[in-house]
Amino acid sequence: MFGRHTGRGGRLFGAAALTMAAGLVLAGCANGDSGGDNGAAPDPGAGGDSNFAITFLPKSLGNPYFDTSNAGGAEAIAEFGGTFQEVGPTEASPTSQVSFIQTAAQQGVDALVVSANDPAAICDALDEARSVDVKVVTFDSDTNPECRDLFINQAEAEGIARVQVEMIAEQIGGEGQIAILSAAANATNQNAWIELMQEELAANWPDIELVDVVYGDDDDQTSFDRTAALLQTYPELRGIVSPTTVGIAAAARYIQTSQFQGQVAVTGLGTPNQMREYVEDGTVTAFALWNPADLGYLAAYAAKALVEGTITGAEGDTFDAGRLGSYTVGANGTVLLGDPFVFNADNIADFNF
Amino acid sequence: MTELRTVSGPRRTMVPHGRPLWRRAVLTREGAVIGMLAVVIVVALTTVPNFDSPLTITFLLRDVAPILLIALPMTLIIITEEIDLSVASVVALSSVTVGILTRDGAPFELAMVAGVLVGAVAGTINGFLVTVVGLPSLAVTIGSLAMFRGISVGLLGTQAVTDFPEEWTSLARSNIPGTPIPSIMIAFVILAIIFGVVLHATPFGRSLYAIGLNKEAAHFSGVNVGRTKFILFVASGTVSGFAGVYFTLLYGNARGENATGMELAVIAAVLLGGVSIFGGRGALHGVIAGVLLIGTIGSALRLAGVTADIINVITGVVLVLSVVSASFLAWFHRARATARARGEKQG
Repeated sequence: MFGRHTGRGGRLFGAAALTMAAGLVLAGCANGDSGGDNGAAPDPGAGGDSNFAITFLPKSLGNPYFDTSNAGGAEAIAEFGGTFQEVGPTEASPTSQVSFIQTAAQQGVDALVVSANDPAAICDALDEARSVDVKVVTFDSDTNPECRDLFINQAEAEGIARVQVEMIAEQIGGEGQIAILSAAANATNQNAWIELMQEELAANWPDIELVDVVYGDDDDQTSFDRTAALLQTYPELRGIVSPTTVGIAAAARYIQTSQFQGQVAVTGLGTPNQMREYVEDGTVTAFALWNPADLGYLAAYAAKALVEGTITGAEGDTFDAGRLGSYTVGANGTVLLGDPFVFNADNIADFNF
Repeated sequence: MTELRTVSGPRRTMVPHGRPLWRRAVLTREGAVIGMLAVVIVVALTTVPNFDSPLTITFLLRDVAPILLIALPMTLIIITEEIDLSVASVVALSSVTVGILTRDGAPFELAMVAGVLVGAVAGTINGFLVTVVGLPSLAVTIGSLAMFRGISVGLLGTQAVTDFPEEWTSLARSNIPGTPIPSIMIAFVILAIIFGVVLHATPFGRSLYAIGLNKEAAHFSGVNVGRTKFILFVASGTVSGFAGVYFTLLYGNARGENATGMELAVIAAVLLGGVSIFGGRGALHGVIAGVLLIGTIGSALRLAGVTADIINVITGVVLVLSVVSASFLAWFHRARATARARGEKQG
């Protein structure tokens, strides 16, 4: 039937392939429970003992902000005794996070701590993970509340938006054109802050005009290019607000080497180490953030409390978070880390992250 | 009237000149890929923790299904010495179509059909440019890759549509009842049988090999080369459209950036499966094994905790080795044939 081209040999191998495929299926079916009996794997269903297997899944790997939060998580896990694993896609897209969620579910980890690239896209995968008893804690960027157990919020969205608007308003003298350089277009946290910034501007700063919102996808080169395009398109631009550490670093780098240094203000959310040289040479006057290491640290402790059963994610639950003290779960399963912090030339030397 | 006479005489024994059956079966490209797949599965089962759970098959097949689907028409296209690089962009275009129609209130069944039809139209455009206008498919499909991707991103902008009917998304994620095999594999098996029968058991399929080996000779033998290739591109677009609908439902997400880079994964798997990039040789079972091999390697390495960039490197090495080994095998055969010929002359 296969013709002279492959001959009997070809048919033989077609049969062999089918047999093997059947064998694979049977092997999978026979081992009905996930075989975590090799020493390397965390023991599934071991919620009671002291070895918590927690996997951190940030928006993408290779982002200094998430490297810091991962380190905070690792510190917490080392403190309370557990296994820390960090995984992530190379680019910040929602569908690429799905395979890591599936892998975590397969490995039977105790908890997954994730910063979502899209509030809905990874929901189905997260629900699948939760159905095999993996606790899901989101941090930094939330998903729809139904598909996670807890959300660790770095600061009130309203506070983050207000601080950035106040900084840029101060730096451009209260009037003029500004633009926003954001991250991925669907990132929950970004869109929440942008919307609140627009409200704050409309309410309190009538002389400031927001001319554009562009997306750098948390990619350095893309953000750099978007900054250049903004300055080309809007010659009257007085300031750029970038509520993402990759964006603000790229924008500052562009402004620093261009004719606009000192004329176009750059502010937003950045890390001290990345922004240090721009603050020291005056490209950037002030920027804000919280401590991402604390965020990862708190997320890990929250995950531990969920796995232990100390809390269930309901409003009013309290749990202990090591050196950060005790935290209470607020409405909608949200835990608030604290207030945003403003960095400038006076205090930047005190920080190292 | 001639009468039939029985010819009698000494029976001659056939002197075997060809290679023995076992060699012909094993030492093919397809045999090599299937063998490698078996080895990888066995190694993964024994060394990677949690690989032996039914979830592995479910996740692997569910994620690799779009690539499996698109690899079917891609095999036929590459056998005719053409290529279709726009498949991933067609997936995105189909996904965006489904998303926009759903968002604007159309019944979901209509949106799905529209997604597949959009794929067929895209394939028609490709086919027209390649066969009627006569442009090389590499150039055409690089162009349509960019064009369709641009249209997808432009239509939806930076939004994503994520609200799809629950019964369809759960169907896309479901398994065949009682097994860990995803339901999409039913569609794949049906399509694979269709493509397999067409390729290996019909004159149309044989004409594909003829076109790949020598287009002019095929033409002069009566094969309608243009129409054949046109059909293949339309098929590729249609299957890509279907894969786009499945992809949208699987991830519950219609975005212009969906499936970026998938064309490379499909073509890599097809080439790994023994299809020659120069056309004229290849078989579907090798391609299916090739897709499964890449998928299994990725799945096993991810479970073992290897990072994504190293997985990419390893996959690339496997591909390079497969191409190198093909050339090596060809050289090896020639060297043996030469040696045997020399040996017979002297003996």
